[in-house]
Amino acid sequence: MSKSMSFEEPIIKLRQKIEELRELAKSADVDMSEEIRTLEERLHQLELKIYSNMEPWDRVQVARNPERPTTLDYIEKIFTDFIELHGDRCFGNDEAIVGGIAFFDGQPVTVIGHQRGKATKENIRRNFGMPHPEGYRKALRLMKQAEKFRRPIICFIDTKGAYPGKAAEERGQSEAIARNLFEMAGLKVPVICVVIGEGGSGGALALGVTNRIYMLENSTYSVISPEGAASILWKDAALAKQAAEAMKITAQDLKKMGIIDEIIPEVTGGAHRDPETQANILKQYLKKGLDELSAMSEEEIIRDRYEKFRKIGDFIEESV
Amino acid sequence: MAIKNLLTINRKKTKGALANPKKESSFPADLMTKCPSCRKIFLTKEVETNLKVCPNCDHHFKMTAWERIDSFLDPETFTPFDEHLRTTNPLNFPSYIEKVEADMKKTGLSEAVLTGSGTLKGEKVVVAVMDSHFRMGSMGSVVGEKITRAIEKATEMQVPFIIFTASGGARMQEGVISLMQMAKTSVALKRHSEEGLLFISIMTDPTTGGVSASFASLGDINIAEPKALIGFAGRRVIEQTVREKLPDDFQTAEFLLAHGQLDAIFHRKEMRDKVATIVKLHKRGGVSGV
Repeated sequence: MSKSMSFEEPIIKLRQKIEELRELAKSADVDMSEEIRTLEERLHQLELKIYSNMEPWDRVQVARNPERPTTLDYIEKIFTDFIELHGDRCFGNDEAIVGGIAFFDGQPVTVIGHQRGKATKENIRRNFGMPHPEGYRKALRLMKQAEKFRRPIICFIDTKGAYPGKAAEERGQSEAIARNLFEMAGLKVPVICVVIGEGGSGGALALGVTNRIYMLENSTYSVISPEGAASILWKDAALAKQAAEAMKITAQDLKKMGIIDEIIPEVTGGAHRDPETQANILKQYLKKGLDELSAMSEEEIIRDRYEKFRKIGDFIEESV
Repeated sequence: MAIKNLLTINRKKTKGALANPKKESSFPADLMTKCPSCRKIFLTKEVETNLKVCPNCDHHFKMTAWERIDSFLDPETFTPFDEHLRTTNPLNFPSYIEKVEADMKKTGLSEAVLTGSGTLKGEKVVVAVMDSHFRMGSMGSVVGEKITRAIEKATEMQVPFIIFTASGGARMQEGVISLMQMAKTSVALKRHSEEGLLFISIMTDPTTGGVSASFASLGDINIAEPKALIGFAGRRVIEQTVREKLPDDFQTAEFLLAHGQLDAIFHRKEMRDKVATIVKLHKRGGVSGV
């Protein structure tokens, strides 16, 4: 059974109640089918109400759910013949980012993404999906390779952020991220990114300078985590819930601001409820995006990406 | 009134006020300045005529954007760009605009970066100078837009782009829009670079977060001032994550140089000469037949 999140508690409670009633009916041998049917109808209504009125903080919880499908889950379900390629050729192989080559609907592509673990052991190996510079440099190496062989690139974004550590600073965390922004701007092949969980700041953006930006319905993309924002704004990380709202970090917020292209709908209750169906939905969006972009020339692809980011900003031009 | 006149007025007004920020001294404003590094006390004038470098220990005080322009470009050659851009409050953060307006008053700047063109020992350049006295030099839409327009102008004019960075990173109050300014400035730099043009990034104290992780690190030549704090994540965050004491020189310019992350550290007194030489070394047609 999947872990519950606080906003789902009323649903969980009602489900338990129905279960208890069923048990009771069985053991006491009384007919409670009418009551059970009423409660089931109420459960259905409740699910509809809760899942269609999710607060930003509820979405943060879904985005962080340990059982939420990861990059490798989507790779397995959407692509065929995936071959993982490792290493940045300078320092090492960062397992917080995975990448490789595969077929997408018969077309060779390069696919790259942040990779967190589901259980503790894997999470430690993958540093909770928080990359070091060598992770970003591996990603860039694979992107350049894709460009050489004219393969489109698909990036999955799923990280709390680039790792804030001593070694990361020594090896140039800033430079590694900056370099990716710069080099991605010049890629001659179509690039699409999908935020599948958390899109944490520069560490997320380093895979995000793309022609199309999609976000799963319950994913987030932000300059700082809600906890970080709360501790800076109100000196209290416990106010993360309010910060999640104030910082406008949901897919719906980013669509409204015109930063992302599409919100990819999730199965009821979140992607973890049915990864198979979710992967299929995601695949349709990728297909549509790649079809649109494959009609463009190299110059058009670069210009399209330039214009996409060039226009982001909110300011007033005062008349001189 | 022309924008240019407005600027000169502000400039006169603010120069004295900022020379001696309260934090750094408890002595009569304007008259005396205490060095935060060696704790010696000097006449403010003495520090100012020394390019705001401590005469005793070489500590580099923070400069205002205008002081930097004055110390770096050829006199009277600077023409500012895009001074008419104004900050908005896209996420409706309480008192955000008030804070920005207070800093406009305090610094005489329209935002945390001053951009424009001028000459450096006769060579035409486009410069951007960030000012940490304005909202910690943080980057929101206006800072991102001004830098992007300056880069585009440098590309159009086919001249080098030089930036002095001083920033705590992306501006939180503008949320993800601030984050995207990292991408916006970087795509503009890519275009500038594709034209074979020179970009020199000069990191001053402090250069951290999203600014460090975008244009500040993307120079063809990356330079820093001595002892400048440069890094991606904050020291405290790292200490909490790794649970170990970090070396004293962690994230200083010298630390970065030792780890291969910088081309050079230049003392403020040699900055103008050295950067001018670098620009001359990149002059087109500098090598016969090329």
